[in-house]
Amino acid sequence: MNFSKKGLRLAGALLGTMLMGSVFAGCGGGNEAKSDEIKIGANFEMTGNVANYGNATLEGLKLAIKEANDAGGVNGKKISLVEVDNKSEASESVNAATKLISDDKVKLIVGPAVTANVIAESQVATDNKIPVLAPDATSPAVTVENGQVKDFIFRSCFIDPQQGDVMAKFAIDKLKAKTAVVYIDNSSDYSKSLGQVFKEKFEAAGGKVVMQEAFLQKDQDFKAALTKIKTANADVIFIPAYYEEVGKIVKQARELGITQPLLGTDGWDDFKVADIAGVDALNNTFFSTHYSDKDESVKAFIDAFTKEYNHAPNVFAALGYDAGKLLVDAIKRAGSDDPVKIKDAIAATKELQVGTGIITMDKNHNPIKQAVILENKGGDRVMVAKIMPEAE
Amino acid sequence: MEFSQQLMQQLINGISLGSIYALIALGYTMIYGIIKLINFAHGDIYMVGAYIGFFAITQANVSIFPALLISMVVTGLLGMLVEKLAYKPLRHAPRISILITAIGVSFFLEYASMYFVSPTPRTFPEVMGNVAFHVGDLVINGQQLLILGITVVLMVILTYIVQRTKLGKAMRAASFDTETAQLMGVNADQVISFTFIIGSALAAVAGVLVGVYYNSIDPLMGIMPGLKAFVAAVLGGIGILPGAVVGGLVLGVIEALVSGFISSTFRDAAAFAILILVLLFKPSGLFGKNTNEKV
Repeated sequence: MNFSKKGLRLAGALLGTMLMGSVFAGCGGGNEAKSDEIKIGANFEMTGNVANYGNATLEGLKLAIKEANDAGGVNGKKISLVEVDNKSEASESVNAATKLISDDKVKLIVGPAVTANVIAESQVATDNKIPVLAPDATSPAVTVENGQVKDFIFRSCFIDPQQGDVMAKFAIDKLKAKTAVVYIDNSSDYSKSLGQVFKEKFEAAGGKVVMQEAFLQKDQDFKAALTKIKTANADVIFIPAYYEEVGKIVKQARELGITQPLLGTDGWDDFKVADIAGVDALNNTFFSTHYSDKDESVKAFIDAFTKEYNHAPNVFAALGYDAGKLLVDAIKRAGSDDPVKIKDAIAATKELQVGTGIITMDKNHNPIKQAVILENKGGDRVMVAKIMPEAE
Repeated sequence: MEFSQQLMQQLINGISLGSIYALIALGYTMIYGIIKLINFAHGDIYMVGAYIGFFAITQANVSIFPALLISMVVTGLLGMLVEKLAYKPLRHAPRISILITAIGVSFFLEYASMYFVSPTPRTFPEVMGNVAFHVGDLVINGQQLLILGITVVLMVILTYIVQRTKLGKAMRAASFDTETAQLMGVNADQVISFTFIIGSALAAVAGVLVGVYYNSIDPLMGIMPGLKAFVAAVLGGIGILPGAVVGGLVLGVIEALVSGFISSTFRDAAAFAILILVLLFKPSGLFGKNTNEKV
């Protein structure tokens, strides 16, 4: 082929311009972080079937970031939050994480809310050495896979088995229970794993689980199984499940004359339980959850949140706020916005006061964090215990 | 509790659950009897009935019986509308087309309701006092008696309509042989419409009663009861009215006994095992011989 010199020069000039153009685009497009801000990605369920979890968590997170920026920022820089919607789908969660890492060049990703969506993004974050902080994913599988701790993945809430542990101890120590019935939702991993842990811990502490029964999500009638449970005459009945079924179970149990204490977990933490079961039926029931709105140390958070959004926070908002507090603290201690240094700082989190309690990160990247036990009493919720789970 | 007492309590539980299945199964079986369609949207009609009752009680502030009536009328009309829009154009199409359409109608009702009333479960306000009768260790709930009572009354009224009225005679004739009945001057379209109205109204009653009794309704509540009522209808002999009632009650009692004496995890397995066994050994159901009683 025979190019003329002129043609070559023209081609070279064009190529050069294009290259220069892309360099300038890189600078002008805002993809590079400005030197006075630290970019954090927020990958949340803003639409889709669990949008209420994602949006509430994001509200809490934004409040924590705003407080940090108002107080002068971190290491002299402001934190800017890049929000991406994962539509409550695992595949979209991966896309959102990829976008945050490669386009927005974030230093850390917070979210998503739901376990499955966090697990989905963890590979892409690990490959790019970007730490992930999950505010409300309670399944153990989020941070540990095949016995191996995922280096870049963290959470800032307690894990499912801790609640089983806490409730077993509470039943033995405070309620002086010797026998228990475990009644689980067979269609939920959350419920099954909690039932399992409760049984182990309750029996290890000298109690005996005398009967195990199960139901399915969306069941309406629980009376047959409850009639059988009644015959066991156990001291307590442990029902780790979600609020809709819990409400119906509590109502029907009381109708059948089951008067024993009923125990549950954070799936009970919704006011719909009282709507479905009725206030009287709900007396003498206890459940573990993340915080109590009557706790003095949580008041500051609740007041600040209510002032910002004109409505009271729910559990998810509180957990989002905790995640925000934790990441601000970690970046401060890292003294840099290098993702690997931030990761090491998160892992070293120790006795940090967040919105709902005090957090210390354990070696499995799970915070050691107190749980509270609330009693439903005459339509109100009374905090009866604050229990610190043992570190693994 | 002694064994006999426990057995009695499980029978009570089973009969009240079975009454609900029976009410839904009646609609299934009537519609099958007349146009040979397994109306898979029937469970969702029941759900719509529950919501109409809910809105009647919460928005119009009526008590339980007017709410039942309002729900029966509105849901009955909805059933007729579904038939006119979705099934009637397919009356001469292959049976499978109309069956698939029924599944489509079912999804449409579920997700349209989810859009309009949101997927959050609703709770009924307390419309009747929580009366419980204690006999020894047995507990019978006032609402359980109400459900059983209403089921029996509706069953009697339905039998009267089918056996003693001109409309009932037309229904029986149409179910026996639609074309011949038309030749004898029976307006088949009208008869089919009435069948859908009555069947849907019965499902509406079941929906409202479930809402009041269990105190929680949501847009997907119709799926499982719909399937169970289908099992009940097949068990009793599909197309046969008393069969649907007996099938419903038997299924409810079997479920309660399986939960109570074997394990609650086998409950649904037992219900569907019955379906398989009936289809294998007596496809015509318990009441299967009386073919000319079909409606």
